[in-house]
Amino acid sequence: MIIGLVIVILLPFILGIGLYIKSILLLEDQSLFQLLFSGDWRPLSGKFGFLPFIISSVWVTTIALMIAGPICLLTAVHLTQYAKPWVLKLMQPVIDILAGIPSVIFGVWGILVIVPFISDYLAPFLGKQTSGYSIIAGAIVLAVMVIPFILNILIEVFKTLPDELKEASLSLGATKWQTIKLVLLRKAFPGVISAFGLGVSRAFGETIAVLMVVGNVASIPKGLFQPGYPLPALIANNYGEMLSIPLYDSALMLAALVLFVVVMLFNMGSRFAISRLEEKV
Amino acid sequence: MEDRTKIKIKDLNLSIGKQKILKDINLEIPEKKITVILGPSGCGKTTLLKSLNRLTDLYPDMRVSGNIMIDNVDILHTNEDITLLRQKMGLLSQRPYPLPMNIYNNVAFGLRISGRKKKRYLDKRVEHYLKMANLWDEVKDRLKDPASALSIGQQQRLCLARGLAVDPDIILADEPTSALDPISSEAIEKKFVELKQQYTIVMVTHVLRQARRIADYVVFMYLGEIIEQGTASEVFDNPKQDMTKQYLKGSFN
Ligand SMILES: Nc1ncnc2c1ncn2[C@@H]1O[C@H](COP(=O)(O)OP(=O)(O)O)[C@@H](O)[C@H]1O
Ligand SMILES: [Mg+2]
Repeated sequence: MIIGLVIVILLPFILGIGLYIKSILLLEDQSLFQLLFSGDWRPLSGKFGFLPFIISSVWVTTIALMIAGPICLLTAVHLTQYAKPWVLKLMQPVIDILAGIPSVIFGVWGILVIVPFISDYLAPFLGKQTSGYSIIAGAIVLAVMVIPFILNILIEVFKTLPDELKEASLSLGATKWQTIKLVLLRKAFPGVISAFGLGVSRAFGETIAVLMVVGNVASIPKGLFQPGYPLPALIANNYGEMLSIPLYDSALMLAALVLFVVVMLFNMGSRFAISRLEEKV
Repeated sequence: MEDRTKIKIKDLNLSIGKQKILKDINLEIPEKKITVILGPSGCGKTTLLKSLNRLTDLYPDMRVSGNIMIDNVDILHTNEDITLLRQKMGLLSQRPYPLPMNIYNNVAFGLRISGRKKKRYLDKRVEHYLKMANLWDEVKDRLKDPASALSIGQQQRLCLARGLAVDPDIILADEPTSALDPISSEAIEKKFVELKQQYTIVMVTHVLRQARRIADYVVFMYLGEIIEQGTASEVFDNPKQDMTKQYLKGSFN
């Protein structure tokens, strides 16, 4: 048992160190700064600029969160503060089921519904032209995927708020909405931030569903309707295929390391914030 | 009772689902006195207190019937604005729950909510009520600190100040000293005795000695019913019901 525990605890370090060792080859050849901030991706000429992938990842994740965040917040407030208790009881398994759907299914749904919707309706409506395979398509699919995930955490956050706090505010003459806005949301703020942070760490690493709709073109995207190429898609698409090119596998390992570090940071930061919230409550 | 009645409860029944929590409560609470509610835990004391403030509205599956007359308005069946009604009562709970904001804003909260926002006015009121709760000297130099940074005893006094700031007639206190150290408890107790000049106080407690020290009127509850009520000397020195006698001997708890 102890051995199992030690392995589990060491696993992240082993993974991180392994990725680092594998990427050393490239890091000895070129500076990290140059790799991260150059947009020049031409593996055949030994140019490994990661910027297009990093920017794609950041765009897709940010927009997904901008869509999912407010929806989740409003839904969680509604379910925990306004809805009848049975509605929440009914919704929780539904949310769990949504969270358990394999991501490839969201990808297929994205191709069948979101991509054509963007190319035929949304883009023309805004006076743009696009195949539909784009940053925005990736972001929408990703948003739908992380909604159950974030919503679950937010519901927990709002449920841990003590009834007495609500009662205190109401007894001072606040209306229900004033209580929610001025007291509950403020009290829940660290929890909300953590839920979003965990959502980011989940979204940033999501691979298949995004890869299927995002277009996968390795240049810096100039708009939301342009295709992008997030880091996980880069790794999944190319690992095992392009390895005859010198340093290519080392470059993919570095991409994985960047992904790993970002996800770990968001994850740990959010968990830390949540634990602080629980202490205070 | 020779004192003027502030709150009159008639045939109050309260249930959640099939569970009856309060049964046929009939009670008169006199003005500007301390009425102490006694009884073993789970007998419905907190629920009774909450129904006085219509906090029972929060629980959708709670069913309430009967009348609660406060100043001759039946708060269970009134068209009056509930938020105004609640401002007539300051509430202290078992543990202090400061609002998630700084000390100053905790006290100013109720005032701002009811539209009084001028800084100079608020400054004066905040100082006044913090002094009233004996907290001013300890916090005057750190009004902008989060309320959660205060000790539990200070937080409870802050909650008192916050409740007084909306200018209630009634103070509802649910075991307000149970989370406090003896010194803070005594401070709150003394404060209550002072405050009854101006306020009608209803306090739940499970500390018999505390009840003996400060009660003018005593209500003894058991399993959702009122077993006995009367002046402190009637109930403590001359209890009529066996149940009350046993409780006072300390054979419950
Ligand atoms: N929101 C609620 N939902 C279900 N049962 C409750 C609720 N509030 C109180 N009760 C029940 O009502 C009874 C009285 O509780 P309470 O008023 O808190 O008693 P006391 O304050 O005297 O300890 C208890 O049996 C308790 O389990
Ligand atoms: Mg209680």
